[in-house]
Amino acid sequence: MRNAFFQELSAQARRRPDIFLVVADLGFSVVEPFAEEFPDRFLNVGVAEQNATSIAAGLASEGYHVFTYSIANFPTLRCLEQIRNDVCYHRLPVTIVAVGAGWAYGNLGYSHHAVQDIGILRTLPEMTILSPADPGETRECVQWLAAHPCPSYLRLGKAGEPSLHTVQGIAEGPLEIVRGTADSALVCTGSILKVALEASAQLARQGVSVSVFSCPWLKPVSAEFLKPLARFRRLVALEEHVAAGGLAELLRTYLPRSVEVDSFAIPETVMNEVGSQEHLRQTARLDVDSIIRAVR
Amino acid sequence: MVHRVNASHIGGSLSMADLLAVLYTDVLRVRPMEPLWPERDRFILSKGHCCSIVYAALAERGFFPTAELETFGRNGSRLMAHISHKVPGVEFSTGSLGHGLPFGCGKALAAKKQGRSWRVFVMLSDGELDEGSNWEAILFAPQHRLDNLVAIVDYNKLQSLGFVSDVLDLAPLADKLRAFRWAVREINGHDHGQIRAALTTVPWEPGKPSCLIAHTVKGKGVDFMENSLPWHYKTPNATQLQAALAQLPEGQ
Repeated sequence: MRNAFFQELSAQARRRPDIFLVVADLGFSVVEPFAEEFPDRFLNVGVAEQNATSIAAGLASEGYHVFTYSIANFPTLRCLEQIRNDVCYHRLPVTIVAVGAGWAYGNLGYSHHAVQDIGILRTLPEMTILSPADPGETRECVQWLAAHPCPSYLRLGKAGEPSLHTVQGIAEGPLEIVRGTADSALVCTGSILKVALEASAQLARQGVSVSVFSCPWLKPVSAEFLKPLARFRRLVALEEHVAAGGLAELLRTYLPRSVEVDSFAIPETVMNEVGSQEHLRQTARLDVDSIIRAVR
Repeated sequence: MVHRVNASHIGGSLSMADLLAVLYTDVLRVRPMEPLWPERDRFILSKGHCCSIVYAALAERGFFPTAELETFGRNGSRLMAHISHKVPGVEFSTGSLGHGLPFGCGKALAAKKQGRSWRVFVMLSDGELDEGSNWEAILFAPQHRLDNLVAIVDYNKLQSLGFVSDVLDLAPLADKLRAFRWAVREINGHDHGQIRAALTTVPWEPGKPSCLIAHTVKGKGVDFMENSLPWHYKTPNATQLQAALAQLPEGQ
């Protein structure tokens, strides 16, 4: 996703002279092509996320669409008030980009576990939140953001995720990646979609045909936006995020009460061990076997 | 204004009254009839709690009718008790400290990138220099040669819970800023001649941002408010208001 993001950002910057990239001294070996191609629209502010965000807001107030980029919680929680006051309050076109969604950097420790970001940023007014699952969704997110500059958050995984599908239309509703026949469906946001697709494939071999939706668009949403999900009796929501403020909560808020929503999310406890993304997912039942058991 | 709605921050407003008077009379290139004139200088009040006097200055300068000042802080008013960009002539809303200078850096950088000649003036309090975000910006501005940026510190020596020197001493402030590669001047922030001489000649050193350390008196002009901590918060009652107004020079 990270590489798709930078490729698409450069492609958009070639067409749109207002696009500006601000980094807080992270992105070694990935920001350089943009910096070299657009030296007048690239800024490394140093290790200073509060300054990065306010400077981005200042640049945005003078006509730029600024993307701020960093890792995990640094461009979001470290400078939350700058996002709330400087960006959202003033409705300035600043897109905050974080790599390392959920446990993408699981072995780097709790500081690098981005597991509360969606819930916290969902409470901010004027904010658009996009959480793609694969490189293709990432490209579409960047294309949409470039065409609609606004206060926004783009939650990326890491580098090297596989392409999972070619369905488009992130702004129109949840993307139906697998169309099943059962009255239950798996709904995901972010790269956990891969796990859901594996679970649905195994379930299909066992004779259970569930639909799988990817929901990269998390804010703003409405009942109308989520309408494709209203036809199901039961949804299993998968997210690499705590339950508070996350996908399942969002579905329960906007869908009819007749739709049962099961939540597979990260526990609201401090993760005291490190490990690969796969290992940490297993500790939270965010793995293929757990999902199959829940659906059957 | 402050008396009518039981507002606070009269002390920190009076301490920068002279600075604002000179700024809006002789320094800032603005067009009250055209608040968003592209070539205007950008003035940012980072000490947003002291907005009443900025609203008054804007109204006196003609950005909106002085009669609207009566609505300050009242139900439904756009004259919020921390400065609001919904008011004509206000660039940026603050109220949380340590936001104005970083935002001003972004604007000053944009002006440089776009080859524009307008300047950015940011008014800071002394107490808010405790905020780390200001020092991120203080490092940043000279690195990027933002000589179109002017920081003015209303150095009235009193912050919310005590004297600056007792809470978190900034001294030697000028030396600190010079070490951070700013052009620095210190003046009496109530002497219009000194203020004018300093602010009409920026940048003082090409390639460097300018910081004007204005030594001021909190509550300036009203003897019972001067240098008095309670007037960071207190609202003048009717008697105090009369006593204060009686001390001001005729016609002001």
